[in-house]
Amino acid sequence: MRRYFGRKLAIYALTFVVAVTLNWIIPRFMPGDPVLRMLTRTSVSNPEAIAPMRSYYENVFGLDVPLWKQYLNYWVELFQGNLGVSVWLFPAPVADVILRAVPYTLALLLPSILLSWWAGNKVGALAARRRWLDNTALPVSYALTATPYMWLGILLAWSLGIVAGIFPVAGGYSFELRPDWSWVFFGSLVQHWFLPFLSLFLVAFGGWAIGMRNLIIYELEADYANYLAALGAPRRLIRRYAFRNALLPQITGLALQLGVLVAGALVTEIVFAYPGLGHLILQAIQNQDFFLLQGAFLFIVIGVLGANFVIDIVYVLVDPRTRTGMQGAT
Amino acid sequence: MTDTERMEAPGVPALAEPVAPLVGRRRETLHFAARNKKVVGGLVVILAFLALGVLAPLFTTHGPNEYVGPPAAPPSADYWFGTTTFGQDVFVQFANGIRSTFLVGVLGGGLAALIGMTVGFVAGYRGGLVDELLNMVTNIVLVLPALAVLIILHAYVGITSVPMQAMFIGLFSWPWVARAVRAQTFSIRSREFVDLARLSGMRPLAIIRREIAPNMSSYLFMTFILLFGGSVLMAATLDFIGLGPTEAVSLGLMMNSAVHWSALHLGLWWWFVPPGAAITAIVGALYVMNVGLDEVFNPKLREM
Repeated sequence: MRRYFGRKLAIYALTFVVAVTLNWIIPRFMPGDPVLRMLTRTSVSNPEAIAPMRSYYENVFGLDVPLWKQYLNYWVELFQGNLGVSVWLFPAPVADVILRAVPYTLALLLPSILLSWWAGNKVGALAARRRWLDNTALPVSYALTATPYMWLGILLAWSLGIVAGIFPVAGGYSFELRPDWSWVFFGSLVQHWFLPFLSLFLVAFGGWAIGMRNLIIYELEADYANYLAALGAPRRLIRRYAFRNALLPQITGLALQLGVLVAGALVTEIVFAYPGLGHLILQAIQNQDFFLLQGAFLFIVIGVLGANFVIDIVYVLVDPRTRTGMQGAT
Repeated sequence: MTDTERMEAPGVPALAEPVAPLVGRRRETLHFAARNKKVVGGLVVILAFLALGVLAPLFTTHGPNEYVGPPAAPPSADYWFGTTTFGQDVFVQFANGIRSTFLVGVLGGGLAALIGMTVGFVAGYRGGLVDELLNMVTNIVLVLPALAVLIILHAYVGITSVPMQAMFIGLFSWPWVARAVRAQTFSIRSREFVDLARLSGMRPLAIIRREIAPNMSSYLFMTFILLFGGSVLMAATLDFIGLGPTEAVSLGLMMNSAVHWSALHLGLWWWFVPPGAAITAIVGALYVMNVGLDEVFNPKLREM
């Protein structure tokens, strides 16, 4: 088990290093000079003003020292929690801006991931044993899993939000309110939260249902299922064993899907102007706020790695084989 | 890569023993494919969209971004899908968008398949240190959230064309393919016919190409289909954030501008419904076709 965790942690640590390095390399080595681009975007009319601005920016980015030193400096700053200063919300530090947005993203992601996983598995398992459910739930699931996250968000916002007028379609809470600990504010939060949550939930749900249905059918062909059936075990018991075995690949699937789910949350937030990381990224892009963009990138990577590790722990808890070291989880 | 990973386990077709001559098997596959409703239905949908994307732009007199009609007009005989708030023809944008969608799917999915298969074959066949190294790289790219990396890349590099975008997407969506191919190569590698090939002095590359790959060709084909769908969704996501190719029209970009110019509040449903519906239809048809192909290649599933 120690070996299992050791390997996993090593991979996560390496991934983190790669992510940070990418984050450092991309602005510096990609074709196109970001400093120049920033300068042209500011559209200074006076050509003499460009040179001092250029040296100012190079100083801000720390570009005037040797490369290896820039790289080391980057890591040092990172560990001090210094991700730079946001241009969009100048002079707020990037870390603060992001930390304010993270709760909203988590409030969307965690319930939608966990609930869709749970409900998808239940419905998928049911579909595998009932033909009518299979014939209705499966096509719906395929349609849902093929739907781009933002499109479902747009449709929900338009139909339930604007045409029917049931839900608000923009912001994290009503514009008339200030954040405080009151029921009114909480109610407004929930109201604004529901539609983005629903659209994330629905798209993810389809994928889990299909996966579970296929896995159950697969498991029911396995030797142990046939053996149990031959012994005369009740079908419910066999189904239960199949379900528990099929859950393991679904847990691995959850780890693999995290990136896609986060991506879905980002665009859903953009549709609903929900004040999470996705909204921040959009603002960062529109305002050429590269520090903010890179900070958001690092937070997403850290979040995904952390979630991966939690899933690894869960895997060890539910699969005794990994505990005894007989078989490594994928 | 949407539900690709979870499809991987049940999607693995039984590795058919290479007994039947290839030509006969190909004919048999075609026979069953033509009788499979899922394959035929999916293919019809995809070909219909492909035809629209390829042909429609040839017959339109104006470009997708030209201001040709009255602003915000609902669908009519002149403008089949209505016009945007600026009087651009939504149908022309739609047809051109479908064209880029297919381009991204083929190029992005193709590149990802190529990298994934190469890494998978080499790691699975070679084993040892090479395997360890490639496996490490695969695992790293696997846990790295692809979209986040792509956002940073797109923001800094500035994507101009669809092929460029497809290349970036392909570069970050191959790891699960590499894993699956590696696992299968591992199991085929120790079969007798591979030993025989090795004993007869075949070069490793030839063994991979002529002995191992044909045994999982159906799986590789299905992998490409899933990668195609994944690339399409990924490109739509990037375009929607506003990081799409600057010199092209795409379905994601249409949704981006629809939301940006508040088509939702103005009730211009014809602006944002078609692009998303097309993506859903294309990707959904691909997935359904994939399930059908699974039944074709895997006789066990056929009678269902």
